Amino acid sequence: MRRFKFVHCDPFKCVGCGICEYVCSLRQEKAFRSSVSRIRTVRIYPHRNVSITCVLCEEPPCVDACPRDALAQDELGIVRVDVSKCVGCGLCMEACDFGAITIHPELRVALICNLCDGEPACIEACPEDALSLTTRDLQAQMRRLKVASNLTG
Amino acid sequence: MYGYQGRLLIVDLSKRKDRTLELDEAFIKKWLGATGFGIRLLYELQDPGLDPLSPGNPLIFVTGPFAGTMVPCSPRFGVFAKSPQSWLLGEAYASGFWGTELKKAGYDGLAVLGASERPVYLYLEDGDVRFMDAAHLWGETTWRTEEAIRKDLGDHEIKIASIGPAGENLVRFACIINDRYRAAGRTGLGAVMGSKRLKAIAVVGSQPIAVAKPEELEDRCLELYRRLQGPGTSKYRMLGTVANVLVLNAAGCMPTRNYRDALFEGAYRVSGEALNEAFVSKVQACSACPMRCEHIATIQKGRFKGTSVRVEYEPLWALGPYCGIEDLEAIVKAIELCDLYGMDAVSSGVSIAFAMECSERGILTKLDTGGLEPTFGDAESLLALLEAIAFRKGIGSLLAEGVRRASKILGRGSEVFAMHVKGVEMTGYDVRSLKTCALGYAISRRGAHHQTHGAYSLDLSGKVDRFKAEKERGKLVKDLEDLYILYDSLTLCKFTRSIIGVEEMAELYYLVTGFRKSPLDLLRTAERISNMARLYNLREGLTRSDDALPPRIMKDPVPNGPAKGSLVKPEELELLIGAYYEARGWDGEGIPKPEKLLELELEDYDPRLIARTRMEA
Repeated sequence: MRRFKFVHCDPFKCVGCGICEYVCSLRQEKAFRSSVSRIRTVRIYPHRNVSITCVLCEEPPCVDACPRDALAQDELGIVRVDVSKCVGCGLCMEACDFGAITIHPELRVALICNLCDGEPACIEACPEDALSLTTRDLQAQMRRLKVASNLTG
Repeated sequence: MYGYQGRLLIVDLSKRKDRTLELDEAFIKKWLGATGFGIRLLYELQDPGLDPLSPGNPLIFVTGPFAGTMVPCSPRFGVFAKSPQSWLLGEAYASGFWGTELKKAGYDGLAVLGASERPVYLYLEDGDVRFMDAAHLWGETTWRTEEAIRKDLGDHEIKIASIGPAGENLVRFACIINDRYRAAGRTGLGAVMGSKRLKAIAVVGSQPIAVAKPEELEDRCLELYRRLQGPGTSKYRMLGTVANVLVLNAAGCMPTRNYRDALFEGAYRVSGEALNEAFVSKVQACSACPMRCEHIATIQKGRFKGTSVRVEYEPLWALGPYCGIEDLEAIVKAIELCDLYGMDAVSSGVSIAFAMECSERGILTKLDTGGLEPTFGDAESLLALLEAIAFRKGIGSLLAEGVRRASKILGRGSEVFAMHVKGVEMTGYDVRSLKTCALGYAISRRGAHHQTHGAYSLDLSGKVDRFKAEKERGKLVKDLEDLYILYDSLTLCKFTRSIIGVEEMAELYYLVTGFRKSPLDLLRTAERISNMARLYNLREGLTRSDDALPPRIMKDPVPNGPAKGSLVKPEELELLIGAYYEARGWDGEGIPKPEKLLELELEDYDPRLIARTRMEA
């Protein structure tokens, strides 16, 4: 069973407003700066919208990719960046299949979602309830529940 | 500086040079944001009296202090230039993402001067300004242009504002399209962009936008998000603005068949309800919007299969009921064509309805129209004429001039039913039975428009007698205009207006910028901006007689429905305009009095200064 909870976006609910990016950058950077938000919104016209952040892989390739051992996964699954070791080389970015890592343009360190240490600001702010803290298994469970509740009799 | 970036980018296309202009605190406090900055800069940067399609006409894009922050519904930007329709103030707003991206690139605004010899597009990446060859894009639709530029530059996150064939061909009501579905629609600013051979402006930015009180602002915004999802905004969230079709039709104030009627027998078939049921495939949002109202209609089968476009009331009305058309699929297609060609759907519909009436009256013949016989209700002619206008083919070239010029050329009484104010075509509210709104249209600084005052809301609310013209309306319209200038200057979407009023604006302004402006200060600033617009228009040759309504509004009463018999009598309009001038502190000629200018710190501007070259003959 997959243990780590991550911020998941339901693309059917997402409207592409980018509020998650705004609030993330405000919390993490104390200014509005979507380009260094740990969660990023993508729109493909005409109307596909989704926000993507770190999915807390079980065996994170970003951690393996780091040549300086600056990345480590903690007991909650959060990939922590040791800023004293990280030089912003970007190999972790390249290793991430989700495009969920950004290098800070001035500080030259990797930026990865830390789940706001428990209560992600993006989930609270999302006006569409498109974001949730979940695992893939829990998502599947929700879908099973939905199927079951639609049965008649 | 908090909230603002404090810089304006000035790009000269003739010299291929750029520079930045620092905006100091005094300027910022005096002019607030988009509307104030835009009008004030236009007054300064533009030589009085010039032809709007000459290179000297500056094209100015401005955001405001809230753009690029999480302040709800704040991503708008204003575009300003001398209008090729009115030869007065050109002003239009769009939402989406382009304005916030300009802010993220480090600018509060951008002024484009001069004209390029060859087609060009601008590529702004943070502080970097590049002039890019646009020969391969010239002639392309707006959507193709967006796709091509993203591909060329290899960056999906670039935001683009562009013109289509209509802007290139100097259609006088060409618009600027950004983020695919958003339009700076009115007053023909796409033609100004076309006259500069500027195909597009591509922007991407990564600069931080700092705010004075981050924590308080976050709390306040989250609370506003919740309120903005309540009943006050359900109209926009559920059906979208297209809900207006049945509302206005029931009240007998939906202009139909070029204002021959005020209700449409096919209203149900083209209603927001019908549209949502049959075609709406997704509702999505602009930047930082918790309400999301962008209803995308997609046609899945049949002749127009694959058509997919944002639908709002005004375009649906103009290209539907106003042309007597009840084929909803054709209307959706027509809206898409307007977006692709980059022309104001409202003015397009009004111009085509004008042609339909001319044709029915024999003023335009089959010979004039190249075989077309446009009549009300004829969707084929509608689609054919849209293309003819965009490419200025045949009769399209005449209609591309807008109804004021077209009726002057055609004559034969067509001036009576050329539906415009100051050369800008009417929008979707029958002002014959909305008398506060009638005043709002007559005195609007940018020609016929409902979004400079929103007085239709007041008329329909029952708080005033919509059928009656009375002196009190002057002050009401003045106050509404000033309030609406605040939404525009602060780039707040007006759909927030039941939740975000002037008190909330003042609070948000403090949290974002750290500057304290009381609600009264804000309204005073708006009044200053209103007067600045008047000074600009007076300088460009506006006179008392330009504050007017189309003759049909004053001659042909509404023939049937709840508003049967309504019209605006000349003496009623006189009364309303007089009351408005008085409320504004203007004299009988509509010129601001010296004491009013002094009060608003505008004493340095001479209201009697008139450009040597007056308005177009």
